Amino acid sequence: MTDVPVYKKKDFISDQEVKWCPGCGDYAILSSIQMALTKIGKKKEDLVFVSGIGCSSRFPYYVETYGMHSIHGRATAIASGLKLHNPELEVFVVTGDGDGLAIGGNHMIHTLRRNIGLRVIMFNNEIYGLTKGQYSPTSAMGLVTKSTPYGVVDRPFIPAALALGAGATFIARTIDADPKQITDVVVEACQHKGVAFIEVLQNCVIFNDGAHDEVTNKDRRDDTTVRLEHGKPMIFGKDRNKGLMLKGFNPVIVTIGENGITEKDLIVHDATDYNVASMLTRLSRPEFPLPLGVFRNVEAPSYDEEVQKQIENVTKKKGKGDMVSFLKSGETWQVK
Amino acid sequence: MKDLESVVIRFSGDSGDGMQLTGTQFSNTSALMGNDIATFPDYPSEIRAPSGTIAGVSGFQVNFGAIDVSTPGDDPDVLVAMNPAALKANIVALRKGGTIIVNLDSFNEAGLKKAGYDKDPLSSGELDSYQVIKAQVTEQTLRALANIDIDAKAKGRCKNFYALGITYFLFNRDLAPTVKWIEQKFGKNPLVAQANIAALKAGFNFAETTEIQVSTFRVAPAKITPGLYRQVNGNEATAWGFAYAAQNVGMELFLGSYPITPASDILHELSKLKNYNVKTFQAEDEIAGICSAIGASFGGALSITTSSGPGIALKGEALGLAVIYELPLVIVDVQRGGPSTGLPTKTEQSDLMQAMYGRHGECPLIIVAAKTPGDCFHMAFEAARLSLEHMTPVMLMTDGYIANGAEPWRIPDLEKTYPKIRTHRLTGSLPEGQKFLPYKRDDKLVRSWAVPGMPGYEHRIGGLEKWVDTGNVSHDPKNHEIMTKIRAEKVAKVADNIPLQELEGDKTGDVLVVSWGGTYGATHGAVAKARESGKKVSLMHLQYINPMPKNIGELLKGFKRILVPELNMGQLKTILDSRFGCQTIGYNKVQGLPFKISELVEVINHTIER
Repeated sequence: MTDVPVYKKKDFISDQEVKWCPGCGDYAILSSIQMALTKIGKKKEDLVFVSGIGCSSRFPYYVETYGMHSIHGRATAIASGLKLHNPELEVFVVTGDGDGLAIGGNHMIHTLRRNIGLRVIMFNNEIYGLTKGQYSPTSAMGLVTKSTPYGVVDRPFIPAALALGAGATFIARTIDADPKQITDVVVEACQHKGVAFIEVLQNCVIFNDGAHDEVTNKDRRDDTTVRLEHGKPMIFGKDRNKGLMLKGFNPVIVTIGENGITEKDLIVHDATDYNVASMLTRLSRPEFPLPLGVFRNVEAPSYDEEVQKQIENVTKKKGKGDMVSFLKSGETWQVK
Repeated sequence: MKDLESVVIRFSGDSGDGMQLTGTQFSNTSALMGNDIATFPDYPSEIRAPSGTIAGVSGFQVNFGAIDVSTPGDDPDVLVAMNPAALKANIVALRKGGTIIVNLDSFNEAGLKKAGYDKDPLSSGELDSYQVIKAQVTEQTLRALANIDIDAKAKGRCKNFYALGITYFLFNRDLAPTVKWIEQKFGKNPLVAQANIAALKAGFNFAETTEIQVSTFRVAPAKITPGLYRQVNGNEATAWGFAYAAQNVGMELFLGSYPITPASDILHELSKLKNYNVKTFQAEDEIAGICSAIGASFGGALSITTSSGPGIALKGEALGLAVIYELPLVIVDVQRGGPSTGLPTKTEQSDLMQAMYGRHGECPLIIVAAKTPGDCFHMAFEAARLSLEHMTPVMLMTDGYIANGAEPWRIPDLEKTYPKIRTHRLTGSLPEGQKFLPYKRDDKLVRSWAVPGMPGYEHRIGGLEKWVDTGNVSHDPKNHEIMTKIRAEKVAKVADNIPLQELEGDKTGDVLVVSWGGTYGATHGAVAKARESGKKVSLMHLQYINPMPKNIGELLKGFKRILVPELNMGQLKTILDSRFGCQTIGYNKVQGLPFKISELVEVINHTIER
């Protein structure tokens, strides 16, 4: 590895005017990711942001790296081809709940299944913003939108559960109100071999304002969220006295100091344990605090590496091919 | 023994009977023996339709000859029918007086009933105008393999080689290449290899010992251009053409593809070439196939995606993206019968309009079309060259007929035939203080190609309309019109970079036949025949369809009538009429079958007389 320059956040700010609505959660996410880029130890010219269509997908225009703004839902497919061609690149996919889970749902699950080394960052505002306010695959049931004037009757996806089901090896959830956590999670994702799926809860001020209020509100968020740290017990609450404990196979909320409960009785987060990740994806409001942080981080062969390895093995065995001699191999005959 | 100029033989049986394999072996052997050949597989889209029924009949036709063979032949001279259904499905096509080889064992009550015969055609007299060879193919195969220790089912599977053996005797074919092939194919299973060889020889010996009942044929080697030859089908040639183009230009070949009939063999072929700087990606769908190729192209690969009509429809939006990105990309459309699932295994030329206009917005593509199986190599190279030299997507059109059809192919001297492709790839890093303008163009309106990993060239591209030079997003009304015209003119300028159109025949005359793509074998053969009989007819066969060679308009003026035979309802005709203001005469066929030479000769004669 050659020396990576020391970057400042401004090195990743492009000359394009940012055009999201005032107050949009995307500003904070953009800023946190630009900050993360200064910490991942990669050269600017080796970074590529690929997006689809939607508010979030304008992202690449604003980052001073290579970038592709593409078509609706296909960013994961485009990024896969790019990463396969040049595995040295650090390729990010920026997508939204509509782009990534509705029209691009098929590409999403296959990208996660293959474990190709992309960093998929999905902004989840539970609404279609760019098309002006229709419900999305993550909209809460009952939500009144332009296309559901009497309320949503579809059951929503839980993105982390979908990612886990598809076989993702790195799964995280974070939130626009916590820029530092976004930065930390993105930096950690970039150290991961294989695919990283990051859901960022994001507020759409125009069409679904306050969708995540309960977990962002400064007065309440300590009680409504649980911060995940690998190897640490799952403690939450303003007074840091609540925790998650297993009762049989199911998690329950307990209070430390009550009924003889101590920290030692709580679930210790293990990002390598499938069952822990599975349990975490099912924790939802209002029954439980919403988990934020890295749910899962496991080692597995990555698709881009395996493809490369296979090519190297075949080349080692058969030698580097030459089409000139290839055409003359096999059954040929001379006509005089 | 009779010396024949060319013979058409059709192998026909249940789709599980191994007729494709039998036909391929016959063709390969004939090619090795110096015959010119052309083949045409014809199989049902069901992998195993109910056995013994007409729906399940699978056929393979080969035309081999001592003369220039340009199509798999019109009406077969010899029909091998492994069961009554195969006889029933093919008897109509057989030349009167032709030879039929039947598997007598399958002509029982059940077999006849499944094929829909009320009476046994072998005894009813309906085959009186043909020469019928009755062989107990099943029975004799089992008997020949009596001492080989494999189960009865496996023995039964060898019966196609028995039938092949009969034809080898009839046409004086050498058994050795097929014996060698069997030994290699079943190397891990020597008993099966032994059984197939035994069946092949048993069939040959049967024909030899019963010689008195049939006349045998000998087809002398054809007079063809000297050189080193091999057999090739269109899909193989397409794959190799791209692999060579990538080698020529020193780039990785990246294929993003999704399986679809009849294009999948290109994916299969390229997947084998891992040590040739070829990367293949079987995507989750057609859209991901083209999108992954676009991603790889942004990264600096020679990128292609392969499909057939339905898949091309799915790729439409991404094609538009590649056009506005102005990145190199080749899309291969191996055409089949449509619309919708249509006739997946049958040939048609009905995607020309889709290639020309099948996208939203003003979205021009370069379009080229291959004319024969071997020409697929050349046109794949051309598609890659034009895409790289002009930084824009190219569609290569082939069809099920030439994709699966095989012919002897003179292996080109690659270094002499193909100069190095000149790309627009930048290298190194951008000098300090300079700003890279991704959409700045040269005199051919082609932009430059900077790829991730190059310091200083960081830039963003997008599907939104972009400002001239900078590529930044722009909704400016005038700018959109300027960019639309630039993209169109850029493609139009490709006409300066392709060969002028040539004619087969004179520059003036009564009729000019204009064809494109995979019908070349038939139009070439028909025009040659008509000219032999003194007709003033010439052929203009198009390989470059958009843009067209610059002299097309001029050439069209030299003839009284212009005949455009197409395996569609008149798509090239419509384009010619609208572009050149002429009134061409269409001859259209959409039966999933290629043209016959005799059929086109008749149409030509009729056109002259009308």
